[in-house]
Amino acid sequence: MTTPTVPTPEHTAFEYAPAPESRAVLSLQPSYGLFIGGAFVDPLDGGTFKTVSPSSEEVLAEVTQAGPRDVDAAVASARAAFDGPWGRMPGRERSKYLFRIARLIQERSRELAVVETLDNGKPIRESRDVDVPLAAAHFFYYAGWADKLDHAGFGPSPRPLGVAGQVIPWNFPLLMAAWKLAPALATGNTCVLKPAETTPLSALVLADILQQAELPPGVVNILTGDGSTGASLVSHEGIDKVAFTGSTEVGRRIAESVAGTHKRLTLELGGKAANIVFADAPIDQAVEGIVNGIFFNQGHVCCAGSRLLVEESVAETVVEMLKRRLATLRLGDPMDKNTDIGAINSKEQLDRIIALVNAGVSEGADRWSPACTLPERGWWFPPTVFTDVSPSHRIAREEIFGPVLSVLTFRTPEEAVAKANNTTYGLSAGVWTEKGSRILAMADQLRAGVVWANTFNRFDPTSPFGGFKESGFGREGGRHGLGAYLDA
Amino acid sequence: MQGSAGGATATASPGLLAAPGYAQAATIDIPSLVSSQDRLRRFLAGLPGVDRVGCEARAASLSTRSIKADSKLRAIDLAISMVDLTTLEGADTRGKVIQLCAKARRPEPADPSVPAVAAVCVYPDLVGVAKSALAGSDVAVASVATAFPSGRASLAVKLADLHDAVAAGADEVDMVIDRGAFLEGRVARVLEEIVAVKAACGTAHLKVILETGELATYDNVRAASWLAMLGGADFIKTSTGKVAPASTLPVALVMLEAVRDFHAVTGRAVGVKVAGGIRSTKDAIRYLVVVNETVGAPWLGADRFRFGASSLLNDLLQQRRKQLTGAYAGTDDVSFE
Repeated sequence: MTTPTVPTPEHTAFEYAPAPESRAVLSLQPSYGLFIGGAFVDPLDGGTFKTVSPSSEEVLAEVTQAGPRDVDAAVASARAAFDGPWGRMPGRERSKYLFRIARLIQERSRELAVVETLDNGKPIRESRDVDVPLAAAHFFYYAGWADKLDHAGFGPSPRPLGVAGQVIPWNFPLLMAAWKLAPALATGNTCVLKPAETTPLSALVLADILQQAELPPGVVNILTGDGSTGASLVSHEGIDKVAFTGSTEVGRRIAESVAGTHKRLTLELGGKAANIVFADAPIDQAVEGIVNGIFFNQGHVCCAGSRLLVEESVAETVVEMLKRRLATLRLGDPMDKNTDIGAINSKEQLDRIIALVNAGVSEGADRWSPACTLPERGWWFPPTVFTDVSPSHRIAREEIFGPVLSVLTFRTPEEAVAKANNTTYGLSAGVWTEKGSRILAMADQLRAGVVWANTFNRFDPTSPFGGFKESGFGREGGRHGLGAYLDA
Repeated sequence: MQGSAGGATATASPGLLAAPGYAQAATIDIPSLVSSQDRLRRFLAGLPGVDRVGCEARAASLSTRSIKADSKLRAIDLAISMVDLTTLEGADTRGKVIQLCAKARRPEPADPSVPAVAAVCVYPDLVGVAKSALAGSDVAVASVATAFPSGRASLAVKLADLHDAVAAGADEVDMVIDRGAFLEGRVARVLEEIVAVKAACGTAHLKVILETGELATYDNVRAASWLAMLGGADFIKTSTGKVAPASTLPVALVMLEAVRDFHAVTGRAVGVKVAGGIRSTKDAIRYLVVVNETVGAPWLGADRFRFGASSLLNDLLQQRRKQLTGAYAGTDDVSFE
């Protein structure tokens, strides 16, 4: 092809110069105490550990390892607040605090995005555009419910449960804190929150926001620490409710410890979601949805679309288009605004991913990754696609929790449903088709708490979220999310 | 999906086209498509659908790319070289066109490193003026034709309009499709006109304006893109600039995907021109990002991507100065036209 103007030159690719987000907005302290009774206090049991940035292994701060006596103090503080001002406060007054927290999260959104990306390793684009806005949205949403609980469908004057012990994971540290705190506070409970060992910092910035919002002391207490702190919290006799998001293995232990007590329990655990692409799907958008389903947040998403089920007649085309798309993903410094794939959160998680990927290779699946250079420091794993996967392979059954997609095929809608449901999990599923009736029929048959149609990994505070089977029970978000914190 | 270069051409000449319906592995005989409205409609209906929400989300996500420093400067120069500097007003005069041509040759006379624009775009009666004003330069003369902008005229009148432009020396012709016929489902009629105009263009390059603002849905945009490419378009173009909405990022994304798929199945590379409402450097860079991440480097040149614009050029020049000097240039620091 020739034109009169440009004699068909060999054009060069458009390289993007580094565009790092500034860290200046964030002032981290060298060390943090525990947030109990509305103030940062020194621990009773002592012990500290360092939190590092997974993209650089840089030490960000020193945080406190809360022990059993610290858990006692936090629970006592939450109990005093529940028996005191917070428990007696009318819903319309509680809502003002929630609105205030939501607004402060928005005002300090850049700071929160930066701390989340540094501590977790996720791209700043995601913490800025997804985690932080959604966290604010959850507080706004539940702020609106606080004075309307009589009309929420739980009977007249539904009562709060009391003190909630909440243990959250490292994949969406701030967002999971918001998912836990906002409905608990809206319904009049008080909280003891335990952020994940590897990602405590955004919860500590949130503690500062709670102070700024002048939330009464003890309504929210934040204890940093490892799994033993979480175990002390959920087994503590002074709490009335346990809410846990994390692995199915830990969730099972928590369920055992709570069994036979008065405590209410909600669990949001693992997943092995099927993302089902029919031949009549909007293919370009389906490819985006596959990418967003499994490579969003490095695949550290409990509802990740880790199993691609694609109709055989289009499988070759879809995989080809997917590979071409993956070649454009930008892996690297999470603080760069153009980074799509950040770091793996910890060495432990990276080892788990590597072990499962090796199992996939040795079981005979075909492994593919786009050409990409991994940074030398920190923990990294390239976007990976397995084809020729059989439903019996470990990579088709076990949760990898990393940027690894297993591609399987199906021939009929019935087979798609059977394969999608053939898992011990049941958190989410995706359906891609231009045929509306098929979407409804599939949603009806899929045993998953969330079924996305022509989209994936879309979250909204108004929509309930939760699992079937070993993905847990209880719902978070929406009107349903209130029920987990009400004695109804 | 790398197609073999120099493969079948999709003009009215005989050739087989692999079905882009993705679900079907069959190949399709282009002349038989052109001759049968039913077959053509089935072919277009077999193209994969476009999900509006997902398409717009993808475009919005790409528009958050942060282009800084050297990459911004290179993008600005690339965008300048892709501009079709346009005046399409009833009030256009010889004087106006001559001034525009001077600007097109040397957008920034004080700085010879600023590239010339790709073309000057005018109505057919002013092609001769532009042609002589641009003599000796690499800047092409583009002309709208075929009863621009509405296209509401007989094919004979459209071809006469086109003949004026070509006879006056237009290097490139921007035609409009018959949107009425398209929306009525008379897609064969749309295709026939494109084929006829292409044949009458001679050596002039043909840009086919879809007027996406009137086609309304992304499915229609994708179908019209294929029609234009099957008819022999060298470029497919979003808009006349006379209808709102004109070019949008998601529309450009759908057209680039169509171009990518057409190239994959036929081996023929078709360019894309976005026009209407693109006024700022920020907008232009967003389009370049979409090009870069959808079809990549081969389309990052004026032979395959254009901006149809009038005021965009001055914003590019102002932003270019800002990049070089660190100081923002005022509107009076660059020439009015």
